[in-house]
Amino acid sequence: MPPQPSATTIANVTCPFCGLACDDLSISIAGGLIESRTLKCPLAERGFAAGEPATPRVRGKDVSLERAVGEAAALLSRAQSPVIGGLGADMAGARALLALADRCRAVVDHMNSRSKLRNLLVLQDGGWITTTLSEVRNRADLIVLAGTGVVSRFPRFFERCVWNPESMFSRGAPKREVVYLGRGLDVSAGIAPDGTTPQVIECEVARLGDAFSVLRALIAKQPLQCAEAAGVSLEAWGALLEKMKAATYGVVVWAAPDLDFPNADLAVQSLCELIKDLNRHTRFSGMPLGGSDGDFTANGVQMWQTGFPIRSRYARDGLDYDPYHLSAERMLAAGEADALLWVSSYDERRVPPETDVPTIVLGRAGMKLPREPEVLIPVGTPGLDHAGHFFRSDKVVALPLRQLREPIAPSVEQVATAIAAALPA
Amino acid sequence: MALIRLKGGRVYDPAHGVDGEVRDLYIRDGRMVVPAADERVDQEYDVSGRVVMAGAIDMHTHIGGGKVNIARAMLPEDHRGDRLPRGELTRSSCGHAAPGTLATGYRYAEMGYTACFEPAILPVNARQAHMEMGDTPMVDKGGYVMLGSDEFLLRMLAGKQDQAAINDYIAWTLHAARCIGIKVVNPGGISAFKFNQRNLNVDEAHVHYGVTPREIVRVLARGLDDLQVPHPLHIHASNLGVPGNVDSTLATIDAAEGFPIHLTHIQFHSYGTEGDRKFSSAAGRIAEAVNANRHVSCDVGQILFGQTVTASGDNMAQHRNAGHASPRKFVIMDIECDAGCGVVPFRYRDQNFVNALQWAIGLEIFLLVGDPWRVFLTTDHPNGAPFTSYPHLIRLLMDKSFRNEQLARIHPDAQAMTTLASIDREYSLNEIAIMTRAAPAKILGMADRGHLAPGAAADITVYREDADREKMFTAPEYVFKDGEVVARDGRIVKVVWGRFHAVAPEFDRGIEKGLRDYFERYLTMRLENFKIAEDEMLAFGHNAGLATHPCRR
Repeated sequence: MPPQPSATTIANVTCPFCGLACDDLSISIAGGLIESRTLKCPLAERGFAAGEPATPRVRGKDVSLERAVGEAAALLSRAQSPVIGGLGADMAGARALLALADRCRAVVDHMNSRSKLRNLLVLQDGGWITTTLSEVRNRADLIVLAGTGVVSRFPRFFERCVWNPESMFSRGAPKREVVYLGRGLDVSAGIAPDGTTPQVIECEVARLGDAFSVLRALIAKQPLQCAEAAGVSLEAWGALLEKMKAATYGVVVWAAPDLDFPNADLAVQSLCELIKDLNRHTRFSGMPLGGSDGDFTANGVQMWQTGFPIRSRYARDGLDYDPYHLSAERMLAAGEADALLWVSSYDERRVPPETDVPTIVLGRAGMKLPREPEVLIPVGTPGLDHAGHFFRSDKVVALPLRQLREPIAPSVEQVATAIAAALPA
Repeated sequence: MALIRLKGGRVYDPAHGVDGEVRDLYIRDGRMVVPAADERVDQEYDVSGRVVMAGAIDMHTHIGGGKVNIARAMLPEDHRGDRLPRGELTRSSCGHAAPGTLATGYRYAEMGYTACFEPAILPVNARQAHMEMGDTPMVDKGGYVMLGSDEFLLRMLAGKQDQAAINDYIAWTLHAARCIGIKVVNPGGISAFKFNQRNLNVDEAHVHYGVTPREIVRVLARGLDDLQVPHPLHIHASNLGVPGNVDSTLATIDAAEGFPIHLTHIQFHSYGTEGDRKFSSAAGRIAEAVNANRHVSCDVGQILFGQTVTASGDNMAQHRNAGHASPRKFVIMDIECDAGCGVVPFRYRDQNFVNALQWAIGLEIFLLVGDPWRVFLTTDHPNGAPFTSYPHLIRLLMDKSFRNEQLARIHPDAQAMTTLASIDREYSLNEIAIMTRAAPAKILGMADRGHLAPGAAADITVYREDADREKMFTAPEYVFKDGEVVARDGRIVKVVWGRFHAVAPEFDRGIEKGLRDYFERYLTMRLENFKIAEDEMLAFGHNAGLATHPCRR
């Protein structure tokens, strides 16, 4: 069906509902509703879906925004050890939340920190060699997907970066070889447009660290005592290594949430050291995919303003950063926090962790909470209800988000700024 | 509006030939003014006996953008040693090698700096760089956007496109990225590294495009001259850190064919290969070349001993140097067919021969380049040292006996390889005022900064005279930003937000047709979203404004 006569089409719209932040959406809007068939991605369809306007509530009763803001400020000002968690916000929202955290000496944590730390700890301990989406799109001749099928979290990755019809350095479509590492992965997206199927090395994802260590030992020509690694023969790993060494621009892609096993940061570190080894002779890069739910946006702002990443406390004597102890979830469970401000403006499904402490929720309108919080303030969605900025998976590209409809709720920035203004001086 | 008088200070305003004369200065509405004869003074600061200069301008300091944020993320152990608790006026942050933007702004202002320029903005990362600079309080700011390893320019050069088309692309980039100048980093080398080239000399061809660094330098230097962009091409030359790179630095001067250029952190590009260790100072040859070529300016990129972090767009050089990382970690990135970056923590040691000689080479360049209008005081923050070491560096330049005491402490073989002890020159206050105020404003085309004549912005620093120049320059008595006292005795007394500075040369809008096609076919971001709108800049900068300077040389 063609768009209705009254429909307007907006080009180059950025979608903030996963870390890829595709900005090539051409969205038709008719009668204030976005036509989902113009979106081409299940996460975009969910994210751009219409929401019902909702009213702020205090202890279950509908109240004015001013009243809810006042309650939130009173609650935070009484707290000795408040936590600001979730942090699903745009750049301006993150600025306002961190200013508020500084005022009330809060701990700040993001809803994705647990998986994100699998990468951050590696960055802080050994560093890495990485690349970005357009480099993969144009240069990569070998793409290794480590423990992830990618597309459930980043649906358009293959369309945008792997099976592009042309690249700068190839005649026609670039030649790629795709290799998956892991059992039970969805490898369908790795099938090339010409029908070529990807190689799948059916290893145990939880033992990928062993596999990367074996690859490093093979590069260094060190003797190996083991007969297999991660359930796969040394010969198979040796063959993969030859492929990696022969690549002119190889890339290993991983998604930290999919590496959900103990000490996964050590597996990531082993991988990153392997990539460094490969760069002695050829070019090889890592591509840690992430950034969903405003993860890199909030972390980016926190780091540039203060130097420290999320999982920091704005303490009286200065900032503390502690990636273990300052987990919002752990603090709440251990009774170390006495108030929670939870923010999720992109996804109404991301509700706060279970807790008895007084809770303020700035949730995307439509959020269903298992327990009624002391204060609930529905907020607008960046890129839908208001303009904003969002950092993409590579932490390089910050994309502008547009307002696409009459806002159904105030922005996180507006609410957080109002709460800070309502705090006692 | 209120008239403010600064009474009886010893004024150094080299842009107008004022060299330590006792004068009264007047401020109204944030500007320097000449009051009417009978006008009443509303507020007076008695600054008799004090040294008065315009606010200092750092024309090359890595304060914002992706690589700086990577450096911050990598170094929690460094931050822990220098935490700034929240104050009555100031917010929590941290300092030292890769400080938070908040601490950066406070500390620059506390030292009397009122403007800072980020020298390595990747076009595709410009929005982030401006967000970060926008969150840097107290100071005005701006940046140089990088060209020369972006595939679009290299394709233009390989396709033999004419200078006019390249000029349109340069102007479009300045406009889209909201910057005040163009920087080239290891010309062509960042792209070449993606093709696995590990070195690229000035006359060596890029393996894919066949283009040489010489061609890149020439078209960019000429393009900026054609466009009359005030700031000349800002060049991080080929072969950073490589012994013998003096030859590529001299070849880079030659490549500019007489068009104005600025050679940045030239200390890292002034190395010879003499001596047992095949590493020597070529500062004499470099200074001679700068002295002889009036169209060439430089900043030094002085190293000072201690822990820091090096952050550069030069992924090729940073990968080469990654083995020297201390602590042992590094990040290298290829970025969006646009540029790259490398972040390598580094500890310069006075008992390390190479580091000691690097220290001496930087000082030799400062002292051997005759014209302070063409040599700028930088440590390439944080690459040579954090910017907070500027007062120490000023003392090294102004105080020969102090300098020689420090020289006596470095690695003895390095002492034997430097002529530093034989150089008697001591910088005067007037020369310091030139290299940190008048000359940076001039080379950036900011007519109303860096001087104190009527009409200038009232960015003023008042120092207590002290024979210990380090102490004097650490904590000025008053710092005025746009006519208001913002720091006093090295403490912030008012938090303000400085504005952005940029240029916007004219160009043929037709350039966007080819660019749009390039973006859609090859990149993962749309042209329309790449361009930064003016209202975005205002929001990033807490609505302090965006000053667009005219293009004329």
